[in-house]
Amino acid sequence: MAQGKTYSIDVKHVTRVEGHGRIIIDTKEGVVENVKLSITEANRFFENFVKGMKPHEVPWIISRICGICCVGHQMASTMAVENAVGIEISPQTRLLRKLLTESQFLQSHVLHVYFLAVPDFVGAPSVLPLAQSHPDVVKRALRLKKLANDYTAVFGGRTLHPMANTLKGWRQLPNLDAIAQLRERLLAAVPDLEETLKIVETLTIPPYERETEYVSLKHPDEYALYDGEIYSSDTKSTLPIDQYLSATNEFTVPHSTTKWSKWNRDSYFAGALARVNNNFDQLRPEAQEAAERLGFKAPSFNPYMNNVAQVIEIIHCAYNSLAMMDEVLDKGLVKEDISYTPTAGRGVGATEVPRGILYHDYTFDDQARCVAGNAIIPTSQNVNNIEQDMKAFVPQMLPKMSQEELTLHMEMLLRAYDPCISCSVHMLDVEYR
Amino acid sequence: MKPKVAFFDFASCEGCQLAILNCEDILLDILELVDIVEFREAISEKGSRYDVAFIEGSIHRDEDIQRIQKIREKSTYLVAMGACACNGNVQGRSNFVAPAENFKYVYGEEARNRVQIDNQFWPLWAHTRVRPVSDIVKVDFHLRGCPVVPGEFLHLVKSLLNGTQPEAPAQAVCVECKKNGNECAFDRGETCLGPIIWGGCNSVCVNNGYSCDGCRGTLPFANLEAHRQLLLDSGMTDEQITSRYRLFCSTEQVAKEV
Repeated sequence: MAQGKTYSIDVKHVTRVEGHGRIIIDTKEGVVENVKLSITEANRFFENFVKGMKPHEVPWIISRICGICCVGHQMASTMAVENAVGIEISPQTRLLRKLLTESQFLQSHVLHVYFLAVPDFVGAPSVLPLAQSHPDVVKRALRLKKLANDYTAVFGGRTLHPMANTLKGWRQLPNLDAIAQLRERLLAAVPDLEETLKIVETLTIPPYERETEYVSLKHPDEYALYDGEIYSSDTKSTLPIDQYLSATNEFTVPHSTTKWSKWNRDSYFAGALARVNNNFDQLRPEAQEAAERLGFKAPSFNPYMNNVAQVIEIIHCAYNSLAMMDEVLDKGLVKEDISYTPTAGRGVGATEVPRGILYHDYTFDDQARCVAGNAIIPTSQNVNNIEQDMKAFVPQMLPKMSQEELTLHMEMLLRAYDPCISCSVHMLDVEYR
Repeated sequence: MKPKVAFFDFASCEGCQLAILNCEDILLDILELVDIVEFREAISEKGSRYDVAFIEGSIHRDEDIQRIQKIREKSTYLVAMGACACNGNVQGRSNFVAPAENFKYVYGEEARNRVQIDNQFWPLWAHTRVRPVSDIVKVDFHLRGCPVVPGEFLHLVKSLLNGTQPEAPAQAVCVECKKNGNECAFDRGETCLGPIIWGGCNSVCVNNGYSCDGCRGTLPFANLEAHRQLLLDSGMTDEQITSRYRLFCSTEQVAKEV
C-alpha cells in the first residue's frame, strides 16, 4: 500500500561527505511529516578568533576552515584583505590565482565524482571495493587526482594549505620548467578525461526536478571562477560583491550549527549546476560538447545533475588550464614587489569554489589589526535548498520506493550537492525515524 | 588477519584525511596490507575493534569527549593525526574568548539566546573549549603539522606493520631549514618560530619564501624565554608576539599571557 507508508528514517552520520551531518525524515501513513537536514559539526569560531591578526596572517589561518577548499578560502580571503587594506594586484598575480583556482576545481571535482558520488551509481558502499571490481577506474581516478594535486603544488608551493600566494602576489614564483612538465601531463590526461565522460554517460541520474534560484558569480569576459559579480537567475542581474549581504540574508535554525541563506525566494542553489546554468555560453567549447554528450541542457532544474555539471567543469578547467599555462610559458613570470603600506578599512572578497560562491569580509584598524571578520560558505547557502528539495522529492518518491531506496536517494541528493560541512561547520547523517 | 585501521574526525578541516588520500602512488598498496574499517569521508561501513585509530580534529564538546573515550577503549594504538588533534591548532585561539561571546559574534545574540533555552538542540551547540586529544585520552603517536606530512604517516604505518618503533626526531625546524640552505628569515628582516618548533616538515614554508608560524607545536625542551627575547629584539611588541604564538600554539605554554 503505497499510500500507507510509515517510515522513520534517521541517518545520523552521512558518509562520503566532508563533515558531519544528519538527515531526519518522518512519514506517517504516506504523509511526510518531517524532513530535516541537520548539521552537527562542532563550532570553531573562525570569524571571531581572526581578530587581532595581521593582514597577511588572515588568509593563511582562515583557509584552515577547510582542507578540500583551502585554495578557495585563501583566494576569497586574500581578495577581501587586499580590498580592505588597499592593495591592487597585477595581471600576473590574477593569472596565477586563476590557475590555482582551477587546480582546486579539478582536484575537488575529481575527488567528488570518482570517490564520493560514483559508488552510489554502481551500488558500492565506497570506492574501496571498486579497487578490486573496477581497478582501471580507481587507478584512473588516482591518476587524475594526483595530477590535480601536483598542479596545485606547482603553483601554490604544496597541495594542502599552500603558502606561496600571499597578499599582492607570490612569495616565491612557480618554476617555469615545472609548469611546462605539468602542461605535458595535463595534455596526456585527455584520454583519461574521455574515459571519465564515458563512465558518466552510463550513469542513470534520478529524474527529479525542482526549479529554484541559481546564484553564481558572473564575469563579462570569461566563465567566472576566480572573480566576478553576484548573479541571480531570478533577477537576471548582478550585484557588486561588497553588497553580498543582500544576496545571502543569513538566518539561523535551531536544528543546525550552520547558518542558512535565501535571496529572491525561499532558498537558492549555488555550485556547479548554478554556474553551468548561468554561464553556459562562456564554457570552453570542449566543455559545451561534453554537456551535449552527457544530456545536459542549461538550465537544468535537477539537483542530481550537479554531478554532471561538475564533470562539465572538469573538462572546462582542464582545457582552460592548458590555455593559461601556455600564456604563462609564453610571457614568462617576473618577480614583483609585494610590499605594501596597509590602510584601515573594510573589504570583501568573493570567489567561486567547487561548491558555490564563497564570501569573505574583513575589517582592519589603523594599526593593521583585524577587528572584524565574516565568511559565508557555499554549503551553508545550499543547506536550505537541499532541505527544500527533500521536502519536494520525498512525497514523489515515497509511493514507489522502499525505505532503503528512499534513504539512498536522500543521501545521493545530499552528496550531489557535494556538501562541505567542515566549512559550514560539519554535515551529514540521514535519520529515518 | 590484516590489521584493522580506522580514521575518525572531530573538529578539523579534514585536510589531514585528504593528505592521506593524496598518497596516490602508494594508496592501493597500503589497502592490500591493512583493512580500513572506518573512514567516514570516503566509505560507509562501520567497524568494531581497531588495531590503529587515527584521530583528526580537536575535542570541544561533551559528546566529543565520550566519543573519543569509546574509540580509545576499542583501539590498540591511537594516533593524533595533525595539528588539531595534537595541539588544538588554529581554533585553540578561541579559548581566550568566552564561548557565549563566540556564539554571539558568529551567530548573533538572538540565536545564542535561543540555543541556551532549547534543550533539544543544546547538545548540538554545546561548546566548552578546544582541547588536544591527549588532554582526554592516552595518545600513542603524534603526527604533527597542518596538514600532516604524508612521509611521516607512511613511516608510522610501515613501522607499525613491521612491529618496529617509529622514529620522530626531536629537532627544531631550524635544523632542516639550515640543511635546505635557506636564508634565515631573521636575516631577511622577518621573524620566525623555527627555533622552537618541532621539525619533520622539511621547513616547507621557508623553502617557499615564507617563515615558520609553528603549526607543528613547540618542542618540549625549547627555550621559550630566549625566543620571545629574540622576537622583542626584532621589534615586535609583547602583544604582537603573543598573537603570533596564538596562530597555531594556543593550547601550549608559549601562548600564555606574559
